[in-house]
Amino acid sequence: MSVPLLQVNDLKKHFPVNKGLFGRQTEFVYAVDGVSFEIARGETLSLVGESGCGKSTVGRAILRLFDVTSGQVVLDGQRIDDAHPSTMRQLRQRIQVVFQDPFSSLNPRMRVRDILAEPIRNFGLAKSATDLETRVTALMDTVRLPREALNRRPHEFSGGQRQRIGIARALAAEPELIVCDEAVSALDVSVKAQIVNLLQDLQREFGLALLFISHDLAIVEHMTHRVAVMYLGKIVEIAPRREIFAAPRHPYTKALLSAVPLPEPGAKRNPIILGGDVPSPINPPKGCRFHTRCPFVFDRCRTEEPHLRSEGEQWVACHLDALPAG
Amino acid sequence: MALLEVENLQTHFRTPSGINRAVDGVSFHVNEGETLAVVGESGCGKSVTSMSLMRLIPEPPGRIAGAIRFAGKDLLRMSDREMRAIRGNDISMIFQEPMTSLNPVLTVGRQIRETLMIHQGLDKQAAETHAIEMLTLVGIPEPKRRVREYPHQLSGGMRQRVMIAIALACNPKLLIADEPTTALDVTIQAQILKLMLDLKRRVGAAIILITHDLGVVAEIAERVMVMYAGRKVEEAPVAELFRSPRHPYTQGLLGAVPKLGSSLAGTTTRLAEIPGQVPDLRKPIAGCVFAGRCALATDLCRQYAPGLEEKGPGHIAACHYASKGAVAA
Amino acid sequence: MTDTTVNPQVLPAGLVLAPQLPDILRPVTIRRGFIGFLRSHPTVAIGGVLLLMLVLIAVFAPYLWTVDPTALAPAKRTRAPSAVFWFGTDALGRDIYSRVLFGARVSLTVGLSVAIFASAAGLAIGMVSGFVRWADGILMRFMDGLMSIPPILLAIALMALTRGSVGNVILAITVAEIPRVSRLVRSVVLSLREQPYVDAAVACGTRAPMIIVRHILPNTVAPMLVQATYICASAMITEAILSFIGAGTPPTIPSWGNIMAEGRALWQVKPYIVFFPAAFLSITVLAVNLLGDGLRDALDPRMAKRL
Repeated sequence: MSVPLLQVNDLKKHFPVNKGLFGRQTEFVYAVDGVSFEIARGETLSLVGESGCGKSTVGRAILRLFDVTSGQVVLDGQRIDDAHPSTMRQLRQRIQVVFQDPFSSLNPRMRVRDILAEPIRNFGLAKSATDLETRVTALMDTVRLPREALNRRPHEFSGGQRQRIGIARALAAEPELIVCDEAVSALDVSVKAQIVNLLQDLQREFGLALLFISHDLAIVEHMTHRVAVMYLGKIVEIAPRREIFAAPRHPYTKALLSAVPLPEPGAKRNPIILGGDVPSPINPPKGCRFHTRCPFVFDRCRTEEPHLRSEGEQWVACHLDALPAG
Repeated sequence: MALLEVENLQTHFRTPSGINRAVDGVSFHVNEGETLAVVGESGCGKSVTSMSLMRLIPEPPGRIAGAIRFAGKDLLRMSDREMRAIRGNDISMIFQEPMTSLNPVLTVGRQIRETLMIHQGLDKQAAETHAIEMLTLVGIPEPKRRVREYPHQLSGGMRQRVMIAIALACNPKLLIADEPTTALDVTIQAQILKLMLDLKRRVGAAIILITHDLGVVAEIAERVMVMYAGRKVEEAPVAELFRSPRHPYTQGLLGAVPKLGSSLAGTTTRLAEIPGQVPDLRKPIAGCVFAGRCALATDLCRQYAPGLEEKGPGHIAACHYASKGAVAA
Repeated sequence: MTDTTVNPQVLPAGLVLAPQLPDILRPVTIRRGFIGFLRSHPTVAIGGVLLLMLVLIAVFAPYLWTVDPTALAPAKRTRAPSAVFWFGTDALGRDIYSRVLFGARVSLTVGLSVAIFASAAGLAIGMVSGFVRWADGILMRFMDGLMSIPPILLAIALMALTRGSVGNVILAITVAEIPRVSRLVRSVVLSLREQPYVDAAVACGTRAPMIIVRHILPNTVAPMLVQATYICASAMITEAILSFIGAGTPPTIPSWGNIMAEGRALWQVKPYIVFFPAAFLSITVLAVNLLGDGLRDALDPRMAKRL
């Protein structure tokens, strides 16, 4: 097997929270607590989970928008978690990002032309001013926006159009991996379909790898090759699409899938309704982090933390899975 | 007679850049105990419709016209005083964001109690008892302790349960739920949807469910009304609408949503796109509001706005070209 | 769109049309450009016009039928307003009309200079503490210290160290106003740093100085501009107070504060000596505040997003 494009090894990110008058008692939010996965070239890996599970933090750690607490992020054999700022700036060209909110992800005071030119100039991709102009107009064609729009500012566009600009900016750097952080979640149904189709077309055209961070399981199923399910800072299950959606093994994955309301009236469903709420990531439960809400909890779950075990390509972190069948 | 009858509702707003015809000629009815879903994308006027029903539109810059008959009486002709007696009592509302719709400095119990004391004239003791009953009803554990807590001490799901408890405290005849689960996580959404289904059976209030999530619609609605650009474009019983949508917009909307489990059936196809953008409601639209994005549109559509036509039993749509009778799904 | 029209006579039979509904609001006339902006933001227009008039008065004071504002005329002391002395004369026989008009120069100079200098210094300090984590604590504690002293007292103390001159007044008030601006800039910078477009710029390989210049600075201009108008207004008041208590502009230069101070002893019998400079001060401060309020409404992105 060839070297994966991106490898994440035991990634941890703990955010300090100051408590007390003088910030002496420091506690930590265990946002991401030991996450490992790989993304191959041209592959889509989806990170799913509910709010606060750490999926966005993983994405931001890969983009190195902050320094990680521990663990490694390796792009094509090169560490980025401890890369020197000047090396890092060159590496950034290969990983780009599309954010959720199409309104705050574009600088309101810049023209579309300058927004798209920024990465091209930074990475020195254009040979001349004409080349820059050619590239910028080509990007507009790629994301199917009119060329005249180059001279306008973000507020003159609708949410879907702004998201296209965001995608064009990501493509401008000619990256190999794009982190889509809830990139379609804020969009309306009909526009969401436009953007999903666009992302799929672009992936095919440019052989892009996508890290698709989302809570929308139906969109994930539509887009992805593999899925990693996160709960309270950990991956509880990671597997190819078929395995996850046909035969989820972790109780949380099962509950998550069964909780999605289907657009089919009268569809027979037996949703597993989890009781209670997600515990705080400041004091995550001991043992298996899901044990407080798991319908199948037993003694071992409360004391011993399960590790990811594989069965073929499907990796699950659950004690139940380790038990002999039957 | 229907519990609520809305006739030619228009809600317009005066803005510096023109008049925003947010809702322009919408008619519908809700029967007692029935759940009507209002579906559409942002800016289609579904939330403005619900705010207009409660007369919560600031006038100016807004203005409401038409008729909203609740149990035979036109809400638009009522005095502010009469309207206050109806809000929270006969008609109540649940909002999307449970944190901002609860008062952060009052205990949960007090907020439920106040509704009861104002509308039902209960004394403090009786209201307290009833508040605890309401919290039990919406499935909040340890209700006796929770009544003394403040909203920030509760999780998002719990807060939405409290909102529902407040809304149901006075046994309303009509409950307007504006995107009640949109801000919640999937597993919490499942809890709240189950609660709403249970309560529907037990309480018997009619519900107007405003949402953009077709999954939620399929789960709890009986009848669905689809809105686009401030107009009603289609209305049908829920099963009928999902089985044979007639309006091109509804068809597009249903085609644009991926279905869970599609990869297993091997039916992962390209999502259907609705090309283009929602029209600017500040400019008058001559013909059909959907004509600019519709594959079937002709000059007729661009000049003459289609009226709502019966296309099947209980199924109406506003389209010149939508066929009558059954179409193949 | 095509221009072909469908002939009403050939409409298909049984065509159902939507009912025609009347417009329920009077149409809005949309005005664009500068005039449109003033129409939709009347406070900016009123404040701006008033301020412009005062600036013109200050600039053209010598040509507006004034006499030498420092010329003494012991024979014509404390005359009431008349056709000759429009605003009357003070205890030394100086023409109050001329003094008030020349006084506008001091007030406006002090107001504008303080606004500019305090904004510039505050911007620099705010930027540093918004970006440099270790400097933030030190700078902000120092600003807290400055803010714990009432600005008037701070200015008086600073004036006590120097000689009374317009330049020193500007310096003293600027020092007292800097903490407010730097706190504002710091909070704006901190919130802008959290914006996804700044993260996107980092991911695009933009260097930190460019991020500040291109993504942070332009977006701090609007709140700064609004803050600057409030500082201008409060600086003019502070200047008047300093001159009034004799700690500001030297008595040889007429300023509204000076004039009022000189009329103080006589204000019960000759109220006009105090009235005219006070009225001008109030109108100027009002004009600047109106302009600031209007700009805030016009520039506030949250307000702009509404409808």
